[in-house]
Amino acid sequence: MSASAGTSNSGLGSGAAPAWTRVLHDWVTTVDHKKLGVLYIGCGLLFFVVGGLEAVLMRAQLAMPANDLLEPQEFNRLFTMHGTTMVFLVGMPIITGFGNYLIPLMIGARDMAFPRLNAWGFWMFLFGGLVLYMSYFASMGLYGAGTAPDVGWFAYAPLSGRAFSRGNATDYWVLGILISGFGSISGAINMVATTLTMRCRGMIMGRLPLFVWMMLVVSLLILLVLPVLTAAQVMLLFDRFLGAHFFDTQAGGDAVLWQHFFWFFGHPEVYILVIPGFAYASEIIPVFSRKVIFGYAFMVAATVAIGLVAMGVWAHHMFTVGMGRGLNIWFAVMTMIVGIPTGIKLFNWIATMYGGKIRLQAPMLFCIGFLAQFLVAGLSGILLAGAPLNWQLSDSYFVVAHFHFVLIGGLLFTIFAALYYWFPKVTGRMLSEKLARWHFWLFLIGFHLTFTTMHIPGLLGMPRRVYTYPADRGWEIWNFISSVGVIFQVLGVVFFLVAVGLAFWRPKRAGPDPWDAWTLEWSTSSPPPAYNFLELPEVRSRRPLWDLKHPNDPDWEHE
Amino acid sequence: MSAAENMPPEMMEPASVMPGEGASWDRGRVGMACLIFGESTFFSVFVVAYLFYLGKSATGPQPSDVLEFPLLATVCLLSSSLTVVWAVKALAAGQSFRAGLGLLLTIMLGGCFIGATAAEWSGLIYGHGLTIETNLFGTTFYSLVGFHAAHVILGLSMLCLVLVGVVMGRLGSEYSERVEILSWYWHFVDAVWIVVLTTVYIVGV
Repeated sequence: MSASAGTSNSGLGSGAAPAWTRVLHDWVTTVDHKKLGVLYIGCGLLFFVVGGLEAVLMRAQLAMPANDLLEPQEFNRLFTMHGTTMVFLVGMPIITGFGNYLIPLMIGARDMAFPRLNAWGFWMFLFGGLVLYMSYFASMGLYGAGTAPDVGWFAYAPLSGRAFSRGNATDYWVLGILISGFGSISGAINMVATTLTMRCRGMIMGRLPLFVWMMLVVSLLILLVLPVLTAAQVMLLFDRFLGAHFFDTQAGGDAVLWQHFFWFFGHPEVYILVIPGFAYASEIIPVFSRKVIFGYAFMVAATVAIGLVAMGVWAHHMFTVGMGRGLNIWFAVMTMIVGIPTGIKLFNWIATMYGGKIRLQAPMLFCIGFLAQFLVAGLSGILLAGAPLNWQLSDSYFVVAHFHFVLIGGLLFTIFAALYYWFPKVTGRMLSEKLARWHFWLFLIGFHLTFTTMHIPGLLGMPRRVYTYPADRGWEIWNFISSVGVIFQVLGVVFFLVAVGLAFWRPKRAGPDPWDAWTLEWSTSSPPPAYNFLELPEVRSRRPLWDLKHPNDPDWEHE
Repeated sequence: MSAAENMPPEMMEPASVMPGEGASWDRGRVGMACLIFGESTFFSVFVVAYLFYLGKSATGPQPSDVLEFPLLATVCLLSSSLTVVWAVKALAAGQSFRAGLGLLLTIMLGGCFIGATAAEWSGLIYGHGLTIETNLFGTTFYSLVGFHAAHVILGLSMLCLVLVGVVMGRLGSEYSERVEILSWYWHFVDAVWIVVLTTVYIVGV
């Protein structure tokens, strides 16, 4: 393969195209949901490495007081690119990728409802991500060097307006996210249509795997809020390019309007990212506890409830702008209400584990880590929902610690769990359990060193997004520990990458069903053939594979 | 544990005779419904911005100074929803001439709407000096009405494609369901116009 790579330039039309161009052509033109899922997750992981390195640089800068490793401007660009990358170019593609790969397999279908739209969505996402990173090279246009946007991942207008953000760096932020947003919207349309219309016989809504249910709610949330961000970004573009006044306070525009629009998208976006984490946990925890999920109907109802309540909490990001007593109370109460359905889920997962024959393999380890950490994330979230306390803690490192507990302790841990759980299905090879344990423990220790510690400088008053701090505030030791934790996290991820490399270098065959699981994706070979199922299955219960393996005691007799 | 081999034959039936439980739902319809849902939230933001900034312009002109009720445009666009239904029904019945005629009428009515919008805008721009840069009214008005008009143009382009297909005889009754799904989009554009009309020309003046 590599020998022909260097020598041949022949086009695809010629009969003797070298193997690597055929492989490339195959992947670039594919409309197969499995390949697109792998592309989504693979590109998401690449951006994860980039966004992670940005975080490493920031933590290196903050390890010592009055450090001068990074310029203030460079630091602003790094936290902007880190946040934007992790939310839009890591979280979104990875959750879409898993949805793409697994929904058709789980509902017994041969592909998504709109395969070509699916491919379009992926390439829009990738194009949007590349547009964002083009800013490093091109945002000053023909004048030479570029700069990345430095307006923060929520790009508050009027700060991001023409008057205060000169040059084109901010436009790259707007356009990159706008374009990748089209991809997300098309992906959501596809997932809803697939779930509603492509189910195999017997797969009624009440038998859908919880993964599919949760992705359905996520997709509907995307359709509800992502166009709001798109509209707000279009307004910002009109302001910046056409001289419109949406966010122009000089012409009577409102300085808070962007915040409302952004967080109307931005808060549900948190649920869009974390509900898929719940989805992975809801598949993995039962299998590794050898028990049926506890409270299936309650899990579905809680997911829908989270989706609904999520629409009424956005301004808890804005307590400090002075909205008045009535709105403050509304958003504080609504935010605390979110804790109820989320708490139901936590109890259901724990009840699933209770009395089960728990297998502590890598996917389950990460899920247990998720359960504990997400509890902390939820509790600090309820603290922050109290408006008076929020006035003290808003924009401090306490908030940074809180949302990293949600997005790393919650989402990223379940993403790792999902990667270990479904990697054998996708590749037909097992990931090394030994390396997985190293990965888990290193990452767990690193995560807590960095983010549990980070609550304290926040409580002591350290604001987020400062590029450095003086030595006399009592923040030094906490920041130093936070930065040391990063080393452990990076090492953990390196172990993961080594495990992936090893799986290809010295494959250990997985077989179709290595975990003795119960959902339909494990009934086909690993990796699944292009058509998924030779003959489409018929389902009689929520655990079709259990029924197959235990014909004397099938689930459908009890449901 | 390889379940694939163990699957009993009675659990496996050929795909062709096996509509899913959800097969009563057509994927095209669900997809279009989702698109319309997403587009609705997009338009809602511009409607909210319009209402939020109503009367907050620092300088003139104000809406009541310059806007006239777009009666002709409204009549054209709303009646085009009827003609497109007629065209879809004719196509489903295999009457391609009547389908083509219905599509042509729809396109002409939509074209009239765009023409009326163009006339209105040129009057506003050259007559009253109102552009997107003038004040908050101009900003929100041109964005909201402009995005609606852009959607009308998008719908018109797709209807033109369908018309070409029908005229060339390439689009028969077997495609009537897809054309019907496209007509949903056209109805949606119509519905948005009713919202825009209420917001801009009734509530806003």
